Amino acid sequence: MSDTKKKETFGGTLIFVFIICLVCAALVSISAVGLKPLQQANKLLDKQTKILEASGLLEKAGSDIVGTYGKFVVAKMIDLNTGNIIDGDTDMFDERTDARDETISIKPENDMAGINRRANRAVVYLVNNEQGQLDTIVLPIIGSGLWDLMYGFVGLAPDLNTVRSVVYSDLKETPGLGAEVLNPKWKALWPGKKVYNDQGDVAIKIVKGGAKQGDVHGVDALSGATLTSDGVEHTLHFWLGDEGYGPFIANFPNKITNGGLN
Amino acid sequence: MSSDTKKVLFGPVVDNNPIALQVLGVCSALAVTSSMANAVVMTIAVILVTAFSNLFISLIRNQIPSSVRIIVQMAIIASLVIVVDQVLKAFSYQLSKELSVFIGLIITNCIVMGRAEAFAMKEKPGVSFLDGVGNGLGYGAVLMVVAFFRELFGFGTLFGFEVFPLIQNNGWYQGNGLLVLPFSSFFIIGFIIWAVRQYKPEQVEKD
Repeated sequence: MSDTKKKETFGGTLIFVFIICLVCAALVSISAVGLKPLQQANKLLDKQTKILEASGLLEKAGSDIVGTYGKFVVAKMIDLNTGNIIDGDTDMFDERTDARDETISIKPENDMAGINRRANRAVVYLVNNEQGQLDTIVLPIIGSGLWDLMYGFVGLAPDLNTVRSVVYSDLKETPGLGAEVLNPKWKALWPGKKVYNDQGDVAIKIVKGGAKQGDVHGVDALSGATLTSDGVEHTLHFWLGDEGYGPFIANFPNKITNGGLN
Repeated sequence: MSSDTKKVLFGPVVDNNPIALQVLGVCSALAVTSSMANAVVMTIAVILVTAFSNLFISLIRNQIPSSVRIIVQMAIIASLVIVVDQVLKAFSYQLSKELSVFIGLIITNCIVMGRAEAFAMKEKPGVSFLDGVGNGLGYGAVLMVVAFFRELFGFGTLFGFEVFPLIQNNGWYQGNGLLVLPFSSFFIIGFIIWAVRQYKPEQVEKD
C-alpha cells in the first residue's frame, strides 16, 4: 500500500473514480440492454404458462406454450368502470404501472384487496376449446397476502359463475404456510365452486377448519396461513365485485358473440 | 495443483470457513436456505461475484487511491451483482423471481467486501481470483448443509423431489414448521459451528 500513497493527489483520485464509474456503468448498461429481449421473452412465457394453467390447457400444451397460447387464447382490453371492451395494447399493459398514475386509476371505495389504487383498464383472456367455443375466461387478480401483493389469475366458466381455477403466479408468502396456495392439492379444491349466490352477491369464501361437504361457495382455508387465506378471499371478493370485474361480468353476454372470439 | 493453490481454494471450506469461523454473510444464509435449488443458485452467484470482484480489484490494487478504496470496491461489487441478477433474469426466470431480492443483497454480503479488502488489495490477480472462488465455496458449503436440513425436514423434499411424503399430500410426514421459517437457520448454523469446532478445536476462540 505504501507505493500507492505517494501517487495520491486530489485530481488523480477524481479521475480514477470517474474512470471506474464509467467502466462499471458501461458493464451494467451492456448487460441490462443486451439481455432485455431474453428477459422479456421469459416474462411473457411465464405469464402465458400461468394463463394456460388457469384455463386447464397446460398439460395439453406440453412444451409448446407459445403455440398453444396463440391458438386458443385471445386477450381483450376492457374498461373496468363500464365493463366494455376497448382498444389497447394487451401485451404491454401492466396493472401496477397504470395504478400508479392517478389520471387512469381510481381509489376503490372498499379496498378489500389492499391494492391502494386500481387501474381503470384490465386485460381479460378468453380461452377457446378445440371446437372454437369459449371455454374459460381468465381474469387477472391482485391482492395483499401476509407479506406483499400476490398476483394471480382466476379462471371462470362461460357462465361467469363457476370457478375453473385459482392460480397464483407471483407471491412472497411464507414457504410451507402461505405459499401453499401453489400446492396442487389446494388448487384442486377450486374447480366447480360458485362465485355468486342467488342474490347475485359474491359469496365465494375461505372456510377455516374446512368447508362443509356440498358447500358450493366454500373452500378450505390453508392451515397456519390465516392472513394469506383471508387475502385470497378478499382478493376474489374485490375483483369479482362491483369495483372489479363486476360491470364486465354483468355485461358479458351482450359483448361477446357465441364462440367468443369475434 | 500446488499446495498453496489448494490452500487458497479449499482452505475456506473447512479450515477458514467465512460463515463458521469468520461469521460473515450469515444474514443471507438465513434467507435463501429454504430449498436446495435456491441455495445452489445463490452459491453460484456468490462464487461469481467474490471471484470476479477479487480479480478486478486485485488488477487495479496498485492504482486505487487508498482514501476512496472502499467505495471503489463497492462500485465494482455492485456492478457485478447487477450483472449476475440480469443474467439470472434472462436465463432462469423462475429462480430469479424467488431470489432476485437476495441476489441484490450480495452487495452487502460481508464476505465479498471482506475478501476484497483483506485479500485482493494485497495479492496478485490469479491468487485473488482463487481466493474468491474458495470463499464462495465455503459460503456455499454451509448454505447447502443448512438447506439440506431445512428442505428435507421442513418440506420432506430435496431439490423438489419428494423424500418424505407430507400429510397434506396424503403421506405420513408432518413437515417441521420451525425449519420452514428463516430463523431456524440460526440453530443449524450453530450446530455446524459446534461440529466444525469439535473436529478442529484450534478454531475455538480463547476467552
